[in-house]
Amino acid sequence: MDINWHSFFFMAFAIFACGFALAVVISSNIVHMAFYLVLSLGATAGLFFLAGADFVGSMQLLIYVGGTLVLLIFGVMLTAQSPFISMKTKGGEWILAAIVGGSLLAILLQATLNIKEWQAGEKPLPDRAPVTASRLGMGLLGARVDELDKPAAARAGMSGYLLPFEIVSVHLLVVLIGAAYLARPKKRIVPRGFEQESQS
Amino acid sequence: MAIYFENWLPSWLAYLVAALVHCALLINVIAVGALVYIWLERKVSGRIQDRLGPTRVGGRFGWLQSLADGIKLITKEDLLPGGADAMLFRVAPYVSFCASFCGYLALPFAYNWVAMRMNVAVFFIIAVIGLEVFGVILAGYASGSKWSLFGGMREAAQVVSYEVPLGLCVVVPVLIAGTMDLVSIGEQQAGLFTNWFVFHDPFTFITFWVYFTCATASVNRAPFDLAEAESELVAGFHTEYSGLRWSFFFMAEYGSMFAVSGLAAILFFGGWNGPLPIASWLSLTAEHGPVWGYLGNLLGLTNFILKCSFGVTFMMWVRWTLPRLRIDQVMTTCLKYCTPIAAAMFLGATIWTAAFPGGLILRPTVPLGEIREGWLEKAEPTSSASVSSASVETKNFVARAADSNAGR
Repeated sequence: MDINWHSFFFMAFAIFACGFALAVVISSNIVHMAFYLVLSLGATAGLFFLAGADFVGSMQLLIYVGGTLVLLIFGVMLTAQSPFISMKTKGGEWILAAIVGGSLLAILLQATLNIKEWQAGEKPLPDRAPVTASRLGMGLLGARVDELDKPAAARAGMSGYLLPFEIVSVHLLVVLIGAAYLARPKKRIVPRGFEQESQS
Repeated sequence: MAIYFENWLPSWLAYLVAALVHCALLINVIAVGALVYIWLERKVSGRIQDRLGPTRVGGRFGWLQSLADGIKLITKEDLLPGGADAMLFRVAPYVSFCASFCGYLALPFAYNWVAMRMNVAVFFIIAVIGLEVFGVILAGYASGSKWSLFGGMREAAQVVSYEVPLGLCVVVPVLIAGTMDLVSIGEQQAGLFTNWFVFHDPFTFITFWVYFTCATASVNRAPFDLAEAESELVAGFHTEYSGLRWSFFFMAEYGSMFAVSGLAAILFFGGWNGPLPIASWLSLTAEHGPVWGYLGNLLGLTNFILKCSFGVTFMMWVRWTLPRLRIDQVMTTCLKYCTPIAAAMFLGATIWTAAFPGGLILRPTVPLGEIREGWLEKAEPTSSASVSSASVETKNFVARAADSNAGR
């Protein structure tokens, strides 16, 4: 008997991810939903680790699983009163969601199953997961070590991902400042001569 | 290790046994560590409060006290409050414990003695340890008690805020090392203690203290233990817990304390490299044969555990010395002090490494810039396939890894 542990864990993580995703849909308590979502996203991170993409897997844990934390907190804070504890989904919502979700799934399945490189074949597994993070980081800084097989002349114009990264960062900074501006404590502007009235 | 077991067992079983051995060893680190550190906490707190602490159980120093506590906890009744959310209430302690345990998967205890050598180990540990708060929030919500909910919410606000300066602090040694692989980071600090990153420049020295403050806050220890705040919230998030479930929270807490201390030891204090390179003076390195390499690693393991224990003891000292902060003081410490200081230290360390690439007075034995430049040089003439294999490590690291692999 020989077990391919890679396939075994792939199946296990895939089943966990899909099963808990279903549990999110079926469950009616919002905190339970958030918890199942955490488990589903965690299983997806496990799939990334299994594929040797340690960086993406850690990102998944930090951003998505960690981000669900905020969802959980809001779920607890806003719905801890009894009328919101269980949220029943109406029949019409089920049908609408099934149509949207089903069509998205159909498109994705059709797209993934048509890629030749991803179809099953006898490919030997690498001994060790390839080191991807340092190449990614160098690419971000402008040194494209992933394109070294091209001649130097072709590589001369490549700038890496620094510029798009910076643009996105500045954009996020603007959004943050805007959010802080909107959330600031508002001072009521009192016209001159009306100070007494506004205090009373 | 799986290759070693394949001598006797079929291949599929060998991998399973190897994985189980790794897991069992790591769980023992947490469980036995918790026993030792709970005893130590009692002794340290006793001495700080001018009393003796446990003295009777198990002989002179009460060293079996935590074992007696453990037996007491197992025999306690497992309570489930009537208003509780039964499923989440049961699951919450395991969520905390799992998050704490997963951090150990990527934490090296000596050169290459690591369950899973990752090239983004630092990032992975930071990501996973931050998930411990899930268990606390779930426990706070599921208990169906106001005290627990308050505790959980406080913990959530605190941990979400402290992730920011913690991440910024961790970036500084990563920036100097040029890699996120904890094994390489530890190896770069080999030699005299002047090679430790904490003494690399004044900025890293300050960064370490900011890191330790944030780490204390992120593992929910006093003076940042608002989530359990005995004087205000009964016992905070674990008010309703008893017996073994309660002890899982404590194992998770002590496990995280050890893990963040271990991360501090590797990032700032040379990891398994002692203050003096005794192992290489006694020729206890892998070049002299597998047995010598093993002994050297054992010495490194002792170094590492001593450093971690020092960090944990330091946290205890702080806990029993300082009063608990108020929630607004916790937020002020994080957002007005730790985050700007960490950001300034990051800029300072960047400028310092650019200005003095070989160090100023305390010169490291291996210039740190060599690692980055070395790997670009190696990458340049070859195709991208060989970049991945030879990129991260410098020449001697590759040689040592090959030696130690041959030794197994």
